[in-house]
Amino acid sequence: MIPIEAVIGFGLIIFTIGLAGVLVRKNLVIMLMSLELLLNGVNIILAGLGRHLNSPRGSIFALFVIINAVSEAAVGFALVLAYFRHRKSYDTDSLNDLKG
Amino acid sequence: MFALIPLFPLLGAAVNGIVGIRYFSRRAVGVTAVGAAGLSFAASIAAFAGLLRSAEPVLVKTLFTWVPASLIRTAGGTTIPFALDLTFRYDSLAAVMTLVVTGVGLLIHIYSVGYMSHDRSYARFFAYLNLFTFAMLVLVLGANLAVMFIGWEGVGLCSYLLIGFWFTKDSAADAGKKAFITNRVGDFGFLLGTGLLLFALGTIDTAGITAAVEGGMLAKGTATAAALLLFLGATGKSAQIPLYTWLPDAMEGPTPVSALIHAATMVTAGVYMVARLHALFSLSGTAMAVVALTGAFTAVYAATMGFVQTDIKRVLAYSTISQIGYMFIGLGVGAYAAGIFHLMTHAFFKSLLFLAAGSVIHALSGEQDMRRMGGLRKRIPRTYFVFLVGALAISGLPGLSGFFSKDEILASAFASGNYLVWGLGLAGAGMTAFYMFRLIFLTFFGEERFSGETAHHLHESPPVMLVPLQILALLAVVGGYVGLPRILGGGAWFGRFLETSTGAHESHLAAGTEVLLMAVSVAVAAVAIFAAWTIYVKRKGEPARRFTERFRALHRTVARKYYVDEAYNRIFVGGVFVAARVADWIDRRVIDGLVDGAAALARGASRLSILFDEGVVDGAVNGVGRVHLAASSLLRRLQTGFVYNYALAVVLGVALVITLVIVVL
Repeated sequence: MIPIEAVIGFGLIIFTIGLAGVLVRKNLVIMLMSLELLLNGVNIILAGLGRHLNSPRGSIFALFVIINAVSEAAVGFALVLAYFRHRKSYDTDSLNDLKG
Repeated sequence: MFALIPLFPLLGAAVNGIVGIRYFSRRAVGVTAVGAAGLSFAASIAAFAGLLRSAEPVLVKTLFTWVPASLIRTAGGTTIPFALDLTFRYDSLAAVMTLVVTGVGLLIHIYSVGYMSHDRSYARFFAYLNLFTFAMLVLVLGANLAVMFIGWEGVGLCSYLLIGFWFTKDSAADAGKKAFITNRVGDFGFLLGTGLLLFALGTIDTAGITAAVEGGMLAKGTATAAALLLFLGATGKSAQIPLYTWLPDAMEGPTPVSALIHAATMVTAGVYMVARLHALFSLSGTAMAVVALTGAFTAVYAATMGFVQTDIKRVLAYSTISQIGYMFIGLGVGAYAAGIFHLMTHAFFKSLLFLAAGSVIHALSGEQDMRRMGGLRKRIPRTYFVFLVGALAISGLPGLSGFFSKDEILASAFASGNYLVWGLGLAGAGMTAFYMFRLIFLTFFGEERFSGETAHHLHESPPVMLVPLQILALLAVVGGYVGLPRILGGGAWFGRFLETSTGAHESHLAAGTEVLLMAVSVAVAAVAIFAAWTIYVKRKGEPARRFTERFRALHRTVARKYYVDEAYNRIFVGGVFVAARVADWIDRRVIDGLVDGAAALARGASRLSILFDEGVVDGAVNGVGRVHLAASSLLRRLQTGFVYNYALAVVLGVALVITLVIVVL
């Protein structure tokens, strides 16, 4: 039985890595991948806590997150592809058309 | 029946004025005009015969209601109904006037056919002449002052039109205006008098006024005021002091006009009006004295100017003014019938003189200056003869019409006890004889002073002009016998006939006194004629020239008509100019100043409004915009456009929320 603290710690580490990736990297694909890491870090915590509390709710909620992540990935990659076709680049530095 | 009298001239004027002026031949125009005048004269005779047969002394004919009945408030404070009808009244006075107007008018119409035969505006002339006859008949037949006023103004209008008949000549157009405007002053008095009577009595019917006055319903002061106002109208129309200046200038009109309007009829309208309202005038001793003195002074004053005139028509014009003065003497001393009698005889001999003067002018191809006449006695003997008859009549040669009427007036003046008036009248009689014979001697005697060219064209007038002259000459001789005084074996029939309209007037003179007065006036006239003969025939004008030399200033003053025209110009015309200049100044300075001030005020207000609008309102609007611009330029920095910046913000926000939740909970 893995202690709950370890599970949460692991989840937080994954989440933090994802967060850092999203904030630091400028490659759109990497950012999307980091976004997956964020979600999955949360999933780990959700699943772990569900098991710890002996409730199916955590796993069910994690499943929803996975479904959302899939949709998000699909839409996200479609956008990235469209952007790439337009700019021939993945770099977010050139992606500042909304600059005020 | 008598209402037909004015109808014919009106029709004649309408036909000639509307149709004839375009389409009629000269002959047709003449037939229409003379026919209208003739029918009118025939109607007058018929009406006169009817009046003589009639038991009623007064005939009344109401044509239509002019002003429907309404309530008016009179001086007494009572409210009474008042209505105005267009009514004609025919009595002995109106009968005499219509006979004179239509009779003399007819002769002058006939004369005009010859006199005006070379004029271009033939139809216009006769239309005016007919219209004048109509207006004059309305004036004498009008039963109330309002109807009379229609005629009063109508004759004034026709006078204006006919004086200015040759309107392309400046002097004629000016003379027309002068006559009209001068008359306007008098008409104003007439209207005021009418208004005063309406206010005081509630009626302006002449019979009603007479009845009310005789019933003692009119205060003496009111009567004086009304009479003097009406008399002001009379001085304008009848060319008396102070409103006489227009009549000499009126000689610019064609000579038949001078004869008809400015000698025989229109200028006697004032005399007629005073006689018509004799009851009113008799009530006020002041008014009567004013009438008599005005007449007496005018008679002498105008005669002095007759001495020095060189224009043949102007001599006659001053003579007319002087003779109308006589009529007013008669009226002023209460001898109304005598005044009207003189009016009638004057109409005969003065229109005769004017028409004969016209015949002279015609013969001399338009020459009017007596200094270029002379010796015409043998050249145009028929004209000379009728002229001489007229001159003798006006001078009061016993047996001629002027003798009877003038002596009746002088006798009445003497009987009234006003010896100043009588003395002036007697002096005027002598002066009249003098200037008339001066005219005759200058024109018909002595050497011929006209050019050979004129002499070549010299001709006696055609019968169409001579026959009316001869008829008038006959009237000037016998016209006086209708009023032959008792003292000379007559019945004073004229005066008795007029008693029904002007009241009885019995002379209180002893027979001897009356005869003596006649002798005196005849003697004065005879001396005057003899003096004229001595000066102008025997000594060929030498004494007159020497007199002029010696009293140059006096002569000039009289010849320039005592500078009255100049004075009137200075006072009234100049006064109007001064008033106009004052009004102009007020207009420019005060009224325009007010308007300009208002404009400046509006401009200032709008400038303030602009300031407020641009500064405050626009400032507020722009300020709002500027605040937003500034705020947004600050805030837009936040929108870097970099995804990670937004992501960081989300993270930080979440962290903040979590921190808050932890801290708060």
